Amino acid sequence: MPKLHVTTFVNGEPVEFLCEPYETMLDALRGQLGLTGSKEGCASGDCGACSITLDGRLICSCLMLAAEAEGHEIRTIEGMAKGDKLHPLQQKFLEHAALQCGICTSGMLVASEALLAKNSNPTEEEVRFWLAGNLCRCTGYDKIVRAVMETAAEMRETAR
Amino acid sequence: MNVVNNKWIGQRTIRPDGVDKVTGRAAFAADTTMPGMIWGKVLRSPHPHARIKSINTAKAQRLPGVKAVVTSRDIVDFTIEKGAVMLGIQDMRWMCRNVMARDKALFPGHPVAAVAATTEAIAAEACKLIEVDYEVLPWAIEIDDALKADAPILHEFNRFDGKPSNIMGRIESKKGDIAQGFKDAELVIERSFTTRPVHQGYIEPHACLISVAADGKTTIWSSSQGQFMVRAMTSMLTGIPQSDIRAIPAEIGGGFGGKTIVYLEPLATLLAKKSGRPVKMVMTREEVMRATGPTSGSKSTVKIGAKKDGTIVAAHGSFYLQAGAFPGSPIRGAVGCSFAPYDIPHVLSEGFDVCSNRSKVAAYRAPGAPIGAYAVECVLDELAEALKIDPLALRLKNAAKEGTKAAHGPVFPRIGYIETLQAAQNHPHYAAPLGKYQGRGVASGFWFNAGGESSAQVNITEDGNVVVTTGHPDIGGSRAGIANICAELLGIDYKRISVIIGDTQTIGFSNLTGGSRVLFASSMVVTQAADKVIATLRERAAKIWEIDPEAVKWENGAAHPVSPNAGQFEPLTLADLAEKAPSQGGPIGASVQLNTQGAEGGFGTHICDVEVDVDLGIVRVIRYTAVQDVGRAVHPSYVEGQLQGGVAQGIGWALNEEYIYNKDGKVDNPGFLDYRMPVCSDLPMLDCALVEVPNPKHPQGVKGVGEVPLVPVMAAVANAVHNALGKRFYSLPMSPPKVSAALDAPTQQAAE
Repeated sequence: MPKLHVTTFVNGEPVEFLCEPYETMLDALRGQLGLTGSKEGCASGDCGACSITLDGRLICSCLMLAAEAEGHEIRTIEGMAKGDKLHPLQQKFLEHAALQCGICTSGMLVASEALLAKNSNPTEEEVRFWLAGNLCRCTGYDKIVRAVMETAAEMRETAR
Repeated sequence: MNVVNNKWIGQRTIRPDGVDKVTGRAAFAADTTMPGMIWGKVLRSPHPHARIKSINTAKAQRLPGVKAVVTSRDIVDFTIEKGAVMLGIQDMRWMCRNVMARDKALFPGHPVAAVAATTEAIAAEACKLIEVDYEVLPWAIEIDDALKADAPILHEFNRFDGKPSNIMGRIESKKGDIAQGFKDAELVIERSFTTRPVHQGYIEPHACLISVAADGKTTIWSSSQGQFMVRAMTSMLTGIPQSDIRAIPAEIGGGFGGKTIVYLEPLATLLAKKSGRPVKMVMTREEVMRATGPTSGSKSTVKIGAKKDGTIVAAHGSFYLQAGAFPGSPIRGAVGCSFAPYDIPHVLSEGFDVCSNRSKVAAYRAPGAPIGAYAVECVLDELAEALKIDPLALRLKNAAKEGTKAAHGPVFPRIGYIETLQAAQNHPHYAAPLGKYQGRGVASGFWFNAGGESSAQVNITEDGNVVVTTGHPDIGGSRAGIANICAELLGIDYKRISVIIGDTQTIGFSNLTGGSRVLFASSMVVTQAADKVIATLRERAAKIWEIDPEAVKWENGAAHPVSPNAGQFEPLTLADLAEKAPSQGGPIGASVQLNTQGAEGGFGTHICDVEVDVDLGIVRVIRYTAVQDVGRAVHPSYVEGQLQGGVAQGIGWALNEEYIYNKDGKVDNPGFLDYRMPVCSDLPMLDCALVEVPNPKHPQGVKGVGEVPLVPVMAAVANAVHNALGKRFYSLPMSPPKVSAALDAPTQQAAE
């Protein structure tokens, strides 16, 4: 079977790539598109290290076929900072030491951004349940939850 | 050492590698590619125990796209008869057989061949075309099965008590005479415990990319806890000299001990050498779970005797630890650490290393110590209950302190164990009220910590900034700690310091990132190198001012005359002296290589509250406080991070994590869905109380902090569950089915 030709938007830019019918979006991001910020921890949708958004909805890119990207809008960790200006979540993760090894960090940030887009004032419980699909083995989540809640508070303040 | 007026030590600075990691730029092992790169895959044994009669790779080699095939014939054999060849704590006889089965496959997932092909799909297809003729043998997974008189023997050469056995070794620590000690006791409690093997659970699967040029010059990109370990093991297993192997440490996506040995690198090197193409290999999560090291499962018996006033007079522990397919379970940690927090006159602590048909264990955070502490700290809880003494008071009464001789050998110098107990007693958590089905438990723990070989270079750039190079992969923020220390010593802003991890050919030998040794050892060599740089800077200023170097001091990032008597000169900054360097003697920098000594052990005391859902059998940790003597918190956030991460892993070990085997002797839950590590919604905030008793043998007072926090956790959780339910559990994990069964059982036989 010949490769499929896909036209889509990644982080606001039009892109085209060829993929095998069985290839995942994560394969295409990390391979053809050279965007290795999304990580593969399990390839079964359990760890969240490959989190991206598809038309604004949070998904595991390892569970999506690359061919399904046709005509959609994808955002990855690489699109989170604006030039050299970090997103407030990225800045707070640094200030709170909310990462140790950093392998889960891309997915955590993408998932957290998706949460704050839906809910600008999440409770601790809401943060914990939203991020329950993103495994971190280093931090025990404490500093991650604090960083997300503090970012939310700061973004609410800025928006006032 | 000035612990009061530090400007940078103790600050929560932004880590040097932070921006790369929050923007997705950081390059982990699987993120690297090379022109002409091909893909390697491993064929693994489906059987727990089988003799390999023959391997035929002809069909695989003929498949279009296949570029190379390797089997054990390509790997350097360290024959068993010739005796141990040690690299650190690893015996290369077992390592060569673990990376590729030789005469026998010893666990499902044991590599038997590897293929490199132009795509991953072709490599996987080629693996299926390799014909292996197995003679399937009887197998044993659990310790009890491996110890039976008629158990299948994994290593036929081995004898224990003169008989063929799966017990590969025994060690003991001894102090006094336990027979006498138990005679002196007025109360003796003896209990037996089991724990299950648990995986380190790093989110990044093992991965490497390796290029071998026609002249044998080899470049390895891989994530590990030691690029020098990768170089040495790859060299020994392939025959390529170390001088020809450049091992470049990629960012490491978690290790926790599990990346202190090689799995893929020797195979990828041989595939690259044979094919002439760079070879990339990445494990799947299933391969990680089936074939890389968990820590041991265990069965332990602990007996403790005390006077009625709570004075412990005798203790006996025997710890059987699963090694998996090859010898080397962490019995030293179980034997040495378990009783170390206590001053006990009569102690015997024994460890037995038991092989069985599961993957070879690898180090996991304070290897062996949490297993031993689980048993000891649970028995202490029963002792306190029987004697009607507060459990922290019981520990305080018997606490090791300066001058106590530990059963494993050393006499403790100034240590902070008592301070952790007092801090726990005084913590508001310890006095907080509890509700229905809620309970509180405490436990303590000890880890040896480690020093050893480290190297560092400190170079002043031409524009007067600083580059520090060390040789240890940074697994949890050590670069931030080094930047803080270097900024303190040189008196400059930490942002002017770049800390990088050198590869094997650009920095001197540095031992593994393990044993909680990295900040201890690397800050020692960095301090000495910075001192040399400061001496050079003072000499340069002295030369320019034409005064004696003794008359120059280094302060706030500049050279100053020590006093007006020495002369009136404007300070010379780092930038001034860097600019003048070419005319004043050349580049400024220093390197130091050292076998560091003086890593003192660490102690922690934890308080855990749980709430039990008695309908579903679910135990939830609702509050947790980890108190630890951390020596000196050079970067408090990353010290807390170590405590919090260790606690989370311990909660997983206590409540959910275990390998489940099916009737065919294979792991039935080799993925994150069914191997249940704690997720964000499982945990509360994890509070830390840092006690700082500086290590007198370290320039900044540093002690290792990374491993102690896992040691007390399972006992703290188990003791809390007992406090909530009035039932004791003697086996981990305390998972919902087990808790439900105990709740449903008649009281007198609960929880066995």
